[in-house]
Amino acid sequence: MSDHASTYEPKGPVSKWFDERLPIARMMHGQFVDFPTPRNLNYMWTFGGILTFCLVVQIVTGIVLAMHYVPSGEGAFDSVQKIDRDVNYGWLLQNIHAVGAHMFFFAVFIHMFRGLYYGSYKAPREILWILGVIIFLLMMATGFMGYTLPWGQMSFWGVTVITNLFSAVPIVGDAITQWLWGGYSVTGTTLNRFFALHYLLPFVIFGVVVLHVWALHVAGQNNPTGLEVKTRSDTVPMAPYAVMKDLFALAVFVILFAWFVFFAPDYLGHADNYIEANPLATPAHIVPEWYFLPFYAILRAIPSKLGGVIAMFSAVLILAFVPWLDTSKVRSAKYRPLYKWAFWAFVFTCLALGYLGAKPAEGAYVLWARIFTFLYFAYFLLAMPLLGLYETPRPRPRSITEAVLGRQDDNTAGAPVGAVGAAAAPEKR
Amino acid sequence: MMRLLNVGRAALAGLALSGLTLGAVVPAQAAGEIIKIERQKWSWSGMFGRFDAAQLQRGFQVYKENCAACHTLNRVYYRNLTEPGGPQFDAERIQLLASEAQVRDGPNDDGEMFDRPARLSDRYVGPFKNEKEARAANNGAYPPDFSLIIKARSAPQDHPWYIAPFFWARDIATGYEEGGADYMYALLTSYKEEPPAYTRSPDGKLIPVAKGAEIDDDKVERCVKVVPGEVGDDGKRKPDTCNKLGEGMYYNASYPGHQIAMPAPLSKDVFVEYQNAKASMAQNARDVTAFLAWASDPRLEERKQLGLSVMIYLLIMTILLYFAKRAIWARVKH
Repeated sequence: MSDHASTYEPKGPVSKWFDERLPIARMMHGQFVDFPTPRNLNYMWTFGGILTFCLVVQIVTGIVLAMHYVPSGEGAFDSVQKIDRDVNYGWLLQNIHAVGAHMFFFAVFIHMFRGLYYGSYKAPREILWILGVIIFLLMMATGFMGYTLPWGQMSFWGVTVITNLFSAVPIVGDAITQWLWGGYSVTGTTLNRFFALHYLLPFVIFGVVVLHVWALHVAGQNNPTGLEVKTRSDTVPMAPYAVMKDLFALAVFVILFAWFVFFAPDYLGHADNYIEANPLATPAHIVPEWYFLPFYAILRAIPSKLGGVIAMFSAVLILAFVPWLDTSKVRSAKYRPLYKWAFWAFVFTCLALGYLGAKPAEGAYVLWARIFTFLYFAYFLLAMPLLGLYETPRPRPRSITEAVLGRQDDNTAGAPVGAVGAAAAPEKR
Repeated sequence: MMRLLNVGRAALAGLALSGLTLGAVVPAQAAGEIIKIERQKWSWSGMFGRFDAAQLQRGFQVYKENCAACHTLNRVYYRNLTEPGGPQFDAERIQLLASEAQVRDGPNDDGEMFDRPARLSDRYVGPFKNEKEARAANNGAYPPDFSLIIKARSAPQDHPWYIAPFFWARDIATGYEEGGADYMYALLTSYKEEPPAYTRSPDGKLIPVAKGAEIDDDKVERCVKVVPGEVGDDGKRKPDTCNKLGEGMYYNASYPGHQIAMPAPLSKDVFVEYQNAKASMAQNARDVTAFLAWASDPRLEERKQLGLSVMIYLLIMTILLYFAKRAIWARVKH
């Protein structure tokens, strides 16, 4: 894919001069304008662009918020309120940033489930997938540290609970915890370093995203059939086709985003976080943000502390091994009658774990959390390897073109057939 | 070898210890009873919600006459009371009000701290200098600051898992954010003279006295909470325990745990009279809740107004993008 030649032609003398010295415009044109994208991509493939948008929004609003925020145990809570009440459009920036975190995770979950359903992790996209897992880990760290910054009760007690987990590490656990805290308990010092890291990590994410996109443009996009692109007629140029579709999907996403920002900014948060952090008063229910709930449920499902911590981290890290856990030769679940069921059961499992993570760890909830924790891992460790060996896949079309048109060649009148065709084709409509 | 063993033992002990701390820190989340809070109609709810300035003014009066003796309003400045989107009092009136309060300022050129009348740019002057003084004056309890109280409270719901998502969807679609206000109103109107009455059956069970039934004070027990008796080793159920109201505490049906240190601020007979409107306990509660909701979220009107324009803009843009997308993709089968 990345070896396809850019059709960029510098028009003026300046761009010609520039192109001979640094062909960045040529590269961008090749990668983001006439880049061949499968013609059968559905709306699930628009979340890559949406996620890029989310990252940029978080960075831009975050930088401006940082100009008004006071990262100290004494000043943090007040400064956040000050931004809300007295900074011009401070309430808007803050709502966008806070809601943006929720939207970011919402989008990334869909993006990940998409990858699992259509087998987007399989060769030659293993590195692409693993980079995605790294981005997800970084996002979790960034989101977690960002949540501490308002320094409300949930911020404080959330950090206390999660940083305490590291003390489960044998021998060096307590040392690690104290090192994280910068003391013997969570204090303003902890807040201060979390703020520094919360400012740093998004740029690290940005870097890994560049690698993620690079790897994507080497292998090319997967598509709903899971078949490799074979001929030009399997693809359309990224601009205007994929770009336009992405823009429309993004606009719908932004409507949902804006709904929360303007009409329900606190719905996804927790009321207790409007009470300033108080180390002497534990809230009745310490609950993490919804996007951590499934992992929180797994943590609490295991009766031992160390075991719970290992299970929780494994739940994320196991994703990195998915390319080798799945033994099937067929990528897309569309042609895998049994795996399809396993996938939807897995989606339900994740939702159930999320629900249980918000419930008290007692009675029947514990039992169900254990059952679903088992099912969570069973999906990766049993369903993925075994189904690949025993399942009989459905017949697949020979190519993307055949999947779309029911025949091998595309002779739709005037249809742009390849990368060059479309850019020059509009008059043929 | 011995050394190694010792290290191993120390590590194990450490683990056990850290397990204990986690036990303390990861909340056991006592499944507190979820108190049903009735939802009220509020003028500022939903997409088109706006505060009613007259109501906020009445609410401020209730706050001033009934709450301000104990509860501060630290994040509200006098100027806020005159701003659009709020009670919109006359600036002159508020200036006068502010000048009645004294604030500590300084140091002056002689290096002395001094008291001066408050100005519009000052924070609303509260009854106490600090938390310690507030506790000392209130039997050790701390009357919380009121400037964020509505946002800091909620009205949790409890639905079975298969129904809950529908309620979430409804609340998101209607922009429901008034849990704190609903709770506050419920709290102010749920004071009862005494905890509910129970009679004890011969086998030790506590049975609520039916509504409207004659209550003989010598025979009933007044319980804040009934703890069911456990089943002993002999298979027999022990008698239920009746948790009585604590000393200096008041019974409130909407407060978590039902015991509250604050005496009823309003009652059916004692409430704040208005100049231009009919007052009642419920009306007082409603108005002061509205005022506090504004104090928690003074940018609400600005937010919802801008939100409306943004939504219209986004909708039109999205429709245009959709047709542009359709026109472009009409050229190829996909």
